[in-house]
Amino acid sequence: MDGLTQKAPGQWQIATVAAIKTETPHVKSFQLELPMWMPHLPGQHYDVRLTAPDGYSAQRSYSIASSPLDEGAIELTVDRLADGEVSPYLHDVLVEGDQVEVRGPFASYFVWHGEHPVLLVGGGSGVVPLMSMLRHRRRTTPDLPMRMVYSVRTPEDVIYADELGEETQLTFTREAPDGWSGHTGRIEASMLDDGGGTAFVCGSNGFVEAASMLLLATGYEPEQVRTERFGPTG
Amino acid sequence: MGNFISRGFTRRRQVPEELADRLPPGQYIESGFPVLTAGPTPRVDTGEWSLKIDGMVTQPREWNWTQFHQLPQDEVPCDIHCVTKWSKLGTSFGGVSLDTLLEGVDPQGAYTMVHSHGGYTTNLALADLTGGKAWVVTTHEGSPLPPEHGGPARLLVPHLYFWKSAKWVAGLRVMDHDEPGFWEANGYHNRGDPFKEERYWTD
Repeated sequence: MDGLTQKAPGQWQIATVAAIKTETPHVKSFQLELPMWMPHLPGQHYDVRLTAPDGYSAQRSYSIASSPLDEGAIELTVDRLADGEVSPYLHDVLVEGDQVEVRGPFASYFVWHGEHPVLLVGGGSGVVPLMSMLRHRRRTTPDLPMRMVYSVRTPEDVIYADELGEETQLTFTREAPDGWSGHTGRIEASMLDDGGGTAFVCGSNGFVEAASMLLLATGYEPEQVRTERFGPTG
Repeated sequence: MGNFISRGFTRRRQVPEELADRLPPGQYIESGFPVLTAGPTPRVDTGEWSLKIDGMVTQPREWNWTQFHQLPQDEVPCDIHCVTKWSKLGTSFGGVSLDTLLEGVDPQGAYTMVHSHGGYTTNLALADLTGGKAWVVTTHEGSPLPPEHGGPARLLVPHLYFWKSAKWVAGLRVMDHDEPGFWEANGYHNRGDPFKEERYWTD
């Protein structure tokens, strides 16, 4: 294998877990160091493959949360699904220094190339690929108009809580923090804009369906709305 | 690379032995029917719906909803495999075989671009659409196909990853050369055989 083919996406490689951060009771972020790292586009994903001693293996796709400026490493943020096969392993077994097999980065439609203005609309762990866009914009073009609307159930479900800034409008659908004066309940048209740019919507199918219909109602054309739906994956 | 073992990982899901041959490598069994779409769900009225076959053909064809339902309908029991790793085994769809739709069309090329309401495209070799391997379907397990699953009509090509089974299908164009469709231009494999695990460009 020469250097060029080694760098092509699609090659399985063995990453080392450099750091694990607990984001919420159900969500952890994994900092992975990659021997064959290549820059990704914000919004892309990696596949993770686990292999048991008997040869059985399981694969899942996880969105990249980090900026492509983090040379040599990626961050994957993973929601723990109780009946899942890969996410419980990542949460309960993996520790810093462990190795995990990955390949990527993949898919190039739900990606941010720097177009603006941008509206990011995330539900729950759907915020992960949007965070890659937000982080990358902060480090490259901080003045570029990018807004995020982020829907979570309760205060303890907020991922990246210490990083969300003025560009983010939160809404709590089940329970708001004490003294919260911001938005509660489902996302409404008044939280969106009238469709001057590109919208990236990510979350469960129900969330994406509702949010994308709202965007169309507020003036977006279908081709301005890019969606990523999390199926029941695990 | 093939010898890597994940420390402390063991199988959590058993695949029933009788189904093991039907589950392609890297897939898991999903009992639901997840939705994956690149944009908002198009709403296509059956009164305005039509299906066209054109391009390099001797006889282009077009059917409206009523005409389409006068064609011989098949019930298609099948397994479906999504590139995002889930497979749904033992499901069924109802619709019209591409062999029926292509009767008398006389294609002059070996490639097709399938296109959808909403702008989605996917490329398929004509050989992957003929010989009892592909249908345009309007029902799923006996009920009208819901919009989020491609209703009123979608392509069904169960032997390839499910992104080839274009939702909201509007027609297919016969071509004398191959061209990548939407996902094929965005990182996914040109053909997408799940049993060969043809997921991405480099597979």
